[in-house]
Amino acid sequence: MRRLLYAALGLALAVPAWAATRTNPAADLKAFQSYFHKKFPQVAPNDFVNGPYAMDASMRAQWNDIMQFPPFQFSIDNGKALFNAAFPDGHHYADCFANKGIGITQNYPQFDAKTGKIVTLELAINHCRAEHGQPPLDMSAGPMADIEAYMTSTSDGKIINVKIPNDPRALADYAAGEQYFYSRRGQLNFSCASCHVQGAGDHLRSDVLAPALGMTASFPIYRSTWGSTGTLVRRFIECNSQVRAVPSKPDSDAYSNLAYFLAYMNNGLPVAGPGERP
Amino acid sequence: MSNTEMTAEAEIGFVLSRRMGLTGAVAATLAAFFAPGFKAAHADGAMVMADAAAYPSAAFAQKTQDAAVKAMFNMTATASDQITLDAPDIAENGAVVPVSVSTALPGVTAIAILALGNPNTIAAAYQLPAGTKSAVSSRIKLAKTTDVVALVQAGGKLYSVSKNVKVTLGGCGG
Amino acid sequence: MAGSILVRASSDGTATTVQSLIHHPMDSGFIKDASGALIPAHYIEVVQFAHAGTVVLTAFWGPAVSKDPFTKFSFQGGKSGDALTVSWVDNLGNKDSLSTTIS
Repeated sequence: MRRLLYAALGLALAVPAWAATRTNPAADLKAFQSYFHKKFPQVAPNDFVNGPYAMDASMRAQWNDIMQFPPFQFSIDNGKALFNAAFPDGHHYADCFANKGIGITQNYPQFDAKTGKIVTLELAINHCRAEHGQPPLDMSAGPMADIEAYMTSTSDGKIINVKIPNDPRALADYAAGEQYFYSRRGQLNFSCASCHVQGAGDHLRSDVLAPALGMTASFPIYRSTWGSTGTLVRRFIECNSQVRAVPSKPDSDAYSNLAYFLAYMNNGLPVAGPGERP
Repeated sequence: MSNTEMTAEAEIGFVLSRRMGLTGAVAATLAAFFAPGFKAAHADGAMVMADAAAYPSAAFAQKTQDAAVKAMFNMTATASDQITLDAPDIAENGAVVPVSVSTALPGVTAIAILALGNPNTIAAAYQLPAGTKSAVSSRIKLAKTTDVVALVQAGGKLYSVSKNVKVTLGGCGG
Repeated sequence: MAGSILVRASSDGTATTVQSLIHHPMDSGFIKDASGALIPAHYIEVVQFAHAGTVVLTAFWGPAVSKDPFTKFSFQGGKSGDALTVSWVDNLGNKDSLSTTIS
């Protein structure tokens, strides 16, 4: 019991110190991106946003066919209607966002200095609803994914620019996301990195594992396996299930921090969403 | 399937093939085949609408290539190198497989896409009036690795080409 | 089922290329839902494309056409501003239609 107490105490003391001294997002970003650039010298840096399609010519040809008239178009149209509809109090989603919500998704997730927490686009949309007396939306699919699809479509091509302010809480959130990404979990004992860093570009049956670099740039995505458009959270839940781990709650800090880490790793790449994946 | 269902299907199939077989020219056959919706729409000047009565349900219920081709066209197909069937070698997802059919054959009146490994053989069929180019693109579902067959009806004859498409389980990519 | 049809039709002066996407589940009748019950077949049977009142393509679909079906084809003629109509009817009798202009 006493040993446990010491351990807990040690952890509590160690985390801020570790976060302050060891966490260096800028260095992580450089190392992360250069790992993928070295692993896939044939892939143009900006093409990483296209995931498996950057790695496989046949998949890319099928994707090009599908993108002639992408199946997420219905989501964009529906999302636009939802985004522009007034709340009962007369306000709109646009009132909650910088630049009226247009062309801003490349800046998400954001660190909220008031709460010390990470706000993903999904959380920001639900916060906006709460401010105007509306119940939260399911964070994984449906209207949430549609609104996000519309907002993302207005940011298509803009350069991802996720900021980590010099605030120990922001660094701690980032570090927690990074730790989640590299931690093994589930009965298969896989980390996110097992498939999307070490295994990136390899085949699972006929599927090509997408590289973690560029991954968040195309969300929300229409997945043929889903038959609908879904958010990054939906993919997190699915990934957890695929390695036989218990998924976190959609609005959990764990997922927000993970999204924060992943999106930061994509800084400098263009938004390529909404996207389409097999 | 019960006997009564079989009989009902056989009767529908017979009616359709008889109707198709009565006239010689294929264009005329198809015109006769689709006559009800077509004529009514023009007679009253209303918008031309999709007509459920024209649906060849018996042909779509067939489970083998021979039976499906017979029910749909009442003729047999010969292999042709004049048809381009564009489909992937390996489908990235069996639920959405892009398939395009085009041909330089003259006098095309119909194009059909068959998936032999599916529960029902015919996936889609298209009627092409004069003036419509002989090329159609669609996206179909494949239940498993299978031959996809494109049929083209041109100048009163039926031609075919096939391609094997591999399908594996999806879900972990992307 | 209003608003189920998205269509793009563009003329290059001599021919018109049409691409359409229709919002429809295209349930095959072979898939089970989360509770293990079969989802009944629900699919579009007939789609008609017409240019200025004349049919330019009739599609007959079985349940093997993918969800939210895509169609691409082209026809001789048609010019910018002409009317193009798309209409469909499914196996449950639902229907929808859309009239647009060629760009």
